[in-house]
Amino acid sequence: MTGGRETMKMQQDYVIATLVENKPGVLYEVANMFRRRNFNIDSISVGPTETPDLARMTITVQGDEETIEQVVKQLHKIIDVIKVSILDPGNIVMREMALVKVHTTDAKVRTDVMQYVNIFRGHIIDVAQDCLIVEITGDPEKIDAFIDLLRPFGVKEVARTGITALSRGGKAIRE
Amino acid sequence: MVEMSGARAIVESLKQQKVKHVFGIPGGQVLPLCDELYDADFRSILARHEQCAAHMADGYARASGCPGVCISTSGPGATNLVTGIATAYMDSSPVIAITGQVPRMMIGKDAFQEADIIGITMPVTKWNAQVRNAKEIPKTIMTAFHIASTGRPGPVLLDFPKDVQTETCEMEFAGVINLRGYKPNYDPHPLQVKKAAELLVKAERPMALLGGGAIISGAQQAVKLAELLEMPTATTLMGKGSIPEDHPLAVGMMGMHGTVEANKLVQESDVLLVVGARFSDRTTGKLEHFCPEATIIHIDIDAAEIGKNAKVDLPIVADANITLKRIYERIVESQTKREQSTWVNRISEIRSQNSNASMNSNSDYLKPATILSELRKVLPLKTIVTTEVGQNQMWAALHFKVFEPRTFISSGGLGTMGFGFPAAIGAKVARPDTPVVDIAGDGSFIMTEQDLATSVIEHIPVIVVILNNSMLGMVAQWQRLFYNRRYSWSKLGNLPDFVKLAEAYGANGIRVKSLTEFSSAVKKALKSETTTVIDVPISPEENVFPKVPAGAGLKDMMVS
Repeated sequence: MTGGRETMKMQQDYVIATLVENKPGVLYEVANMFRRRNFNIDSISVGPTETPDLARMTITVQGDEETIEQVVKQLHKIIDVIKVSILDPGNIVMREMALVKVHTTDAKVRTDVMQYVNIFRGHIIDVAQDCLIVEITGDPEKIDAFIDLLRPFGVKEVARTGITALSRGGKAIRE
Repeated sequence: MVEMSGARAIVESLKQQKVKHVFGIPGGQVLPLCDELYDADFRSILARHEQCAAHMADGYARASGCPGVCISTSGPGATNLVTGIATAYMDSSPVIAITGQVPRMMIGKDAFQEADIIGITMPVTKWNAQVRNAKEIPKTIMTAFHIASTGRPGPVLLDFPKDVQTETCEMEFAGVINLRGYKPNYDPHPLQVKKAAELLVKAERPMALLGGGAIISGAQQAVKLAELLEMPTATTLMGKGSIPEDHPLAVGMMGMHGTVEANKLVQESDVLLVVGARFSDRTTGKLEHFCPEATIIHIDIDAAEIGKNAKVDLPIVADANITLKRIYERIVESQTKREQSTWVNRISEIRSQNSNASMNSNSDYLKPATILSELRKVLPLKTIVTTEVGQNQMWAALHFKVFEPRTFISSGGLGTMGFGFPAAIGAKVARPDTPVVDIAGDGSFIMTEQDLATSVIEHIPVIVVILNNSMLGMVAQWQRLFYNRRYSWSKLGNLPDFVKLAEAYGANGIRVKSLTEFSSAVKKALKSETTTVIDVPISPEENVFPKVPAGAGLKDMMVS
């Protein structure tokens, strides 16, 4: 109880999975709540689930423990949010996908890029005279590393999906 | 199943929810609904500004505990409601706002009087929805009332495109609500109750702080528990009335303009029981210095309030009244008792050291404390008092004693000037047999005075007491204390003439110079069937004390 009523600040990354009503406006409401409560979203990915009237949002947030507790409570408070769960980083599979456009006309560069793509188990999904588009999937650090490697060759454009994640084992967050 | 128009279904649904009154202003996109109101068997009260319609619905809700309904058209009508909705949101009041919207095909085209009221009000409503299908009307309205009035109450907005109001279809009014994302918890966890009981019994210097949640849940149990434990009990502004203020354990309001007793005792306490309050900065002062030695028990039905502002030691997410009852029973059953102590004597000790000097007046002006204690003497005990915002509000909180829940209505969280008068009209509609008095300042009253017309034409008599310092008094006080008396923008001048203004609207206007005149004016107003505005000139130099400067701890209180 030292330090009075102020909160401690230990910043960490958290992955929060939420199930929400699959209807218009819910994404806006969730994003709006983060903005107005002064929480920062690192990434957010949304998609339908195994049940058509439910959507799943995977949100990555940086903050201290108490901030994240507030994030979870404020998410719960939204009527159209059904389930909120902080995923345990030690027990999840977490993926992000990126599309990377590399601008090059040099044959040597193309070979180098293709080698990196192989090492990172990516795919070249589009080839043109002057550019390649690479698809790569993995955890965010792997994608960062891959993009950094390609940067000297001329990365023209990157599109990342944000993280999506599931916890390992038989349990679903609905249960 | 019955076939009818969307507008008709709205009226039928409101009837189903036992709505007796709606407040509002018509407009193009809400005309089908207005047409149905013409035949409705509940009363429609025409306001003069949508903001007032929302405050009226809010005052109605706070006085009665039942949802208040306001209606406006799209665009500017809807945006004018926003201040009222935000006010209700901050103070957890069940207001149902119904807005017209441009026809479905026009949405998103920047049509005439189109505003994205769903997007605009999302952060200030508990829930909102645009009804895109007439068929959904009964269920959506049922859901809206359920959400607004259960758990932690709050405003809900429903937006009805004009062509949804005119669309005809088979309507189904039966059905149950099952919201999988909304299941408020009323029952406290037994283990938390046990822990709370133990903490309170073992406490040497226990103290309670009752907030607006205590009033909403009807927490009569708070007084019983305070008596059992001989526990000094303070309130927040919103909690005023949760304990009768003449009770020996009542120490008044805590916070920036709290009483000396409340602010000192909380710092000395070793266990603080916070009931339905949210540790607002105006209540706690600088959190670092807020009773650093005390163990805090926090009861709130909204889990998100736990730990939002202050770290607490024992959270209980449940209904306040039920929880207090369980704690009380637990203590009685366990046959434990607090040891006899002199703690409770601190109340009178602190009071005797800080006699209230603001009453003694030898200036030309009446003192606010004198006016308000006289007002208390003249008014029946059950009188509902509303306030505006600023000095008038803090004087009312400090010097006007309240004895019953829901008889003190004030914009606490948002601090909306202009709230008190329309809220008084709403409260009077809810409780027609009870006198309703708005304790006002001149600056606040002019923000919504046009609704004098509503109160006169609709025969809703209220009393407005203007503590008139010809200033934006609270701003002026800060400038006097912290800005070297540079009264930038705070001098209003002595306009308008409130007596003539009242008369222009067909209301009674009285200006008083002495306490005797004041007292007879109030008595006359109580007998009148028309609204009365009593203008009481006070000194422009008057301050509210005690005061804790913004950003300071409660211990740094200035008493004069």
